[in-house]
Amino acid sequence: MLLTAWLCLPSLFAQSSGYLAAGEPAKVAGARNAAVQAKIPVTVKVGYHVNSNTPSDEYLIPLKLTWLSTGALEAGAVAYPKPSLEKYEFAEKPLSVYTGNFELVANFKVAANAPTGPGAAVGKLRYQACSNKACYQPKTIEITVPYQVQ
Amino acid sequence: MSPLRLSTAITAAIFLGCFLQGCTSGPHTVRAATVKASKDRRDAPEFTLKDADGKTVHIADYRGKVVLLDFFATWCGPCKIEIPWFTEMERKNKDRGFAVLGVSMDDEGWEVVKPFLAELNVNYRVVIGNDETAQLYGGVDALPTTFLIDTSGKIAAVHVGLAGKKEFEDGIEQLLQPGGIRRDASNRMALPAFAIRTK
Repeated sequence: MLLTAWLCLPSLFAQSSGYLAAGEPAKVAGARNAAVQAKIPVTVKVGYHVNSNTPSDEYLIPLKLTWLSTGALEAGAVAYPKPSLEKYEFAEKPLSVYTGNFELVANFKVAANAPTGPGAAVGKLRYQACSNKACYQPKTIEITVPYQVQ
Repeated sequence: MSPLRLSTAITAAIFLGCFLQGCTSGPHTVRAATVKASKDRRDAPEFTLKDADGKTVHIADYRGKVVLLDFFATWCGPCKIEIPWFTEMERKNKDRGFAVLGVSMDDEGWEVVKPFLAELNVNYRVVIGNDETAQLYGGVDALPTTFLIDTSGKIAAVHVGLAGKKEFEDGIEQLLQPGGIRRDASNRMALPAFAIRTK
């Protein structure tokens, strides 16, 4: 039991909401004007999928990371992994989805006038999950990227 | 850290960690549904919602009819499988005291629902639901969630997730029979299985 608990301890730091969980990315660090990247680990619960950022159908809700506040960082593009095309019982055509573990890469630039020191960018990750038989209400979880301006 | 706090932390780690490590038993099992005996049915909770024409709809308006109440959303793939079935069932049975009532759980409302209904040629009444209505019906986190309501306004069956067309047809047929019980040629009671098949 203690071994299981030990193995699971890193998960304590993740943000989760039902069918998807995001781990806290490692702190990013850079000088003014430097480009920095944060890798955000995401896990979809076994037996479920979430739509990719480019769903197969216009009615489907995409996975989307947006920033609420970025502090001394300027937000750039978010790089989503290549989705997989999976066939489900309820859809005629394969769907563009994410399952299991994957990473989102958030690109930032340290602002030219950024004060040195720590801070955090805060965003929200919206997703909509389904199993093979049912779909679940869209949910949003908070994403925090800690940074250090050097 | 005290032993109690350590124990609490370990327990929390196991529960949260197991979720992330995938050591759960997988997706919710789709709940099987059966047409309950009359004595075991509870009243369908009342709601007041608007249809596409802005008219107020109460579930009580349907008293005396068998109602298939379908909670759905435009972004729900399994819902899109069932909706054409319900359209067909409405067409076949509307003159027999049967009605389908759709409850959309789309946050965006009619802006997204109306084109969706037009695309699927939906021929039955649809209202826009809300969290309050969902709570009345048990939360309705999973879509589709479908209730069969008898002529007395009581919930006779619930399907959570994609179900089989025949299960709906059998349940509706049973509830449309006088007394809500279907009898075969030899006058024996013939209850449908009305259970959701799972892989």
